[in-house]
Amino acid sequence: MRRLFGMKRIPAVLLTAATLVSVMSSVQARAETVVRVAMTAADIPDWTGVPDQGYEGYRFLGYTLYDGLTNWDLSSSDKAADIVPALATAWHVDPGDHKKWIFDLREGVKFHDGCAWNADAAVWNFDRVNSKDSKQFNPKQFSMSRGFMDNVDHAQKIDDSHIAIYTKIVDSYLPYEMSTFFQVSPCAVQKANYDYTAYAAAPAGTGPYKFDKVTPHERIELVKNADYWNKDRVPKHDRLVLIPMPEAATRAAALLSGQVDFVEAPSPDTIPQLQSAGMTITKVPYPHNWNYQIRLDRPPFNDLRVRQAANYAINRDDFIELLGGYATPGYGVFIESQPYYGNPMKYEYDPEKAKELLKQAGCSPCKMTIAISTSGSGQMQPLPMNELVKEQLEAVGFQVTLVPIDWNSLIDVFIGGPDKFPQYDGMNFSLAPIDANQGLLKTTMTRYMSPHGSNWGKYSNPEIDKLGEQALATFDEAERNKIIAKMHEIAVKDAFDIFIVHDLNPRALSPKLKGFVQAQSWFQDLTPIQVVQ
Amino acid sequence: MWFYAARRIVLTIPIALGVTIICFALVYIAPGDPIASLLPPNATASDIALLKHSYGLDRPIPIQYLIWLGHALTGNLGRSIQNSQPVAGEVLRALSNTLLIAILAVLVAFSIALVLGMLAAYRVGSWVDRLATGISVLGISVPSFWLGVVLVILFAVKLHWLPATGMGTSGSESFSLFEWKQAKFAILPVVTMALTPLSIIMRTTRSSLAEVLGQDFVQTLRAKGLGEIAIMRHAIWNAMPQILAMLGLQLGYLLGGSILIETIFTWPGTGYLLNKAILTRDIPLLQGAILILAMAFVAINLVVDLLQTVVDPRIKRA
Repeated sequence: MRRLFGMKRIPAVLLTAATLVSVMSSVQARAETVVRVAMTAADIPDWTGVPDQGYEGYRFLGYTLYDGLTNWDLSSSDKAADIVPALATAWHVDPGDHKKWIFDLREGVKFHDGCAWNADAAVWNFDRVNSKDSKQFNPKQFSMSRGFMDNVDHAQKIDDSHIAIYTKIVDSYLPYEMSTFFQVSPCAVQKANYDYTAYAAAPAGTGPYKFDKVTPHERIELVKNADYWNKDRVPKHDRLVLIPMPEAATRAAALLSGQVDFVEAPSPDTIPQLQSAGMTITKVPYPHNWNYQIRLDRPPFNDLRVRQAANYAINRDDFIELLGGYATPGYGVFIESQPYYGNPMKYEYDPEKAKELLKQAGCSPCKMTIAISTSGSGQMQPLPMNELVKEQLEAVGFQVTLVPIDWNSLIDVFIGGPDKFPQYDGMNFSLAPIDANQGLLKTTMTRYMSPHGSNWGKYSNPEIDKLGEQALATFDEAERNKIIAKMHEIAVKDAFDIFIVHDLNPRALSPKLKGFVQAQSWFQDLTPIQVVQ
Repeated sequence: MWFYAARRIVLTIPIALGVTIICFALVYIAPGDPIASLLPPNATASDIALLKHSYGLDRPIPIQYLIWLGHALTGNLGRSIQNSQPVAGEVLRALSNTLLIAILAVLVAFSIALVLGMLAAYRVGSWVDRLATGISVLGISVPSFWLGVVLVILFAVKLHWLPATGMGTSGSESFSLFEWKQAKFAILPVVTMALTPLSIIMRTTRSSLAEVLGQDFVQTLRAKGLGEIAIMRHAIWNAMPQILAMLGLQLGYLLGGSILIETIFTWPGTGYLLNKAILTRDIPLLQGAILILAMAFVAINLVVDLLQTVVDPRIKRA
């Protein structure tokens, strides 16, 4: 030892140490593992707390940077995803007041900027999207969060680790709604002087990834949050690069040329080429309903026989063939793995029965005008698919006029409601029944009838309303699922929509990515992905 | 010439005003709501009203126009509805990215078109002429979005020589024309973009030059014993005003008309930005982008007109 650390040896030891440090740091620099994702979005989704660009925004810039009080369990491909504790460890409704929920907050969690997560931060976040008088109120985020915050009245601190959330109506689905309400760091917003454009340069959540840098409209880069509170979900790669790439052909070319590693929604016709190049194609059923919403308050669809005829006229196998096998038949709102699917009747393809029903209804030719989009989030391959619907409906006696409009205009038609757009008898507008509340209650109950919610077709059935109210007031999940299943069976029997297919959501991954588990959900967990060189 | 330049600059003011009025009218005539893309499907009318109010979109359109115009005169084109960034910065950044490939494309197109056009005009009816005409017809007929995809399949997917998409290894901020690793991102967009102007400039060069070569003064030059190269130099100088005019027009078209090419290559230029602004009804961004592009078009034409007077003093402008 003495010889080793003798004075004469010091320069050599220092030199060796310096070389080692240099080599190690260069190895470390080279060893950074990067996952580059090509999104279908036309632009980088909003990353300041309430994502836009549909659920793709939540998938990539919601659950990566942030957490909700609850999150989705996305660890399995075998069952429909459900919520799990996140920034809240437990929750229950007040037995004496069903409009009051108590949430137990996770302790010891910090935002990426070091700010503490506690009841003050939680209440501050509720005010961010609910209280017009608060400094942190953001009108854009207020409007964009109505889908999951419209039943929330306000939140109140009980102590540092408990809050009470008061709802406007009895709402057993509040824990689900809390899964899409992301918690941002109050310190980061205060530091940005309550300017969310400035906050976007240094956002801070509690999620498994931290913001690193952004090139507007081109790419956003996130890095691993090694201190993430859920050690099982600390990312197994160092950097996540998200690139908007709306053209399917461009995404496929980018994957084949090695510019990206993970591609969302490759078009079915490119999948054989991607497979032959060694790419991994993943697909699972998930709650994505490609259907026609029809208005039930006037002819021709105010007649049950006409609605049923339209459902019997659809040969769903033709759609699956058109989509290269990347779809499953749609016989209802939900997919069969969702626990509240029930046992709804199936409108199996039966053109003779469809013709007979139309004859009984005296609707000949049975005219309808349908608004469709040329592209858009969740719209799959809208033009050829809608042409096929038209062909099949016309084969049994309907006369279909398709009106193609762009995606933004179709959203306008959906929000405006059928009274504002009387020229349409229906619309092809895909919805995401991620839970029973979004999927069925809000699309079938009279209280959510357009323009007050997602019941675009003005479907109204007292039995549905009664069951819906029961479901909202039932806090036992198994019991509630039974109620929803019954609602689903009634709504399908009423043929309140024309059910066509559910998407299988293909994704293509470079062979160097391992460990990705595609969940039966619109949201996905990217943290298990490993990059194997 | 200075008086002429000043007069042209003053004339751009009514053009700009006309452009702003048309911008406003077009954006509001088109179906769709700028607020719709920001809202969830179950947003209510009151949610929409609140958001419209916060963006000032609930005011009468003439008032909105006048407020916007007042701000525009001070260089403030408002903020994007989608990402709240200042529109002027967004558009100028995109314009610089488009200018880069548009100028390169026009230079490539001009160089090749000039050579091919001269050869074709010098030997009208020969195989060189027929070849050049064939290239020209092909270039005008082939859709650029198709060519772009084919080039990507060949050079990026099959041969792995060039990148398929994007601008630089880490986005446009890393891009440099002087570093091969970055510069190669521009090659396929430039080639795709160059094809149409190449064809049009070549046809213009051929026809203008053929006409000049048939004029009496060329016979006189030959009679005086001038060599063919010297004659061609005189002739091309005479044909240059038409060629320059066409070059300017093509550069102007490329600045705003490259939506398909920029979308295919995910090139963050004005076409890509306009596409996004149209799809999301981002009214301030759309208005700002159209205004700046229109002004750029006017400026390019002004420069070309002035260049024409330099090249050919017979063109009396003032």
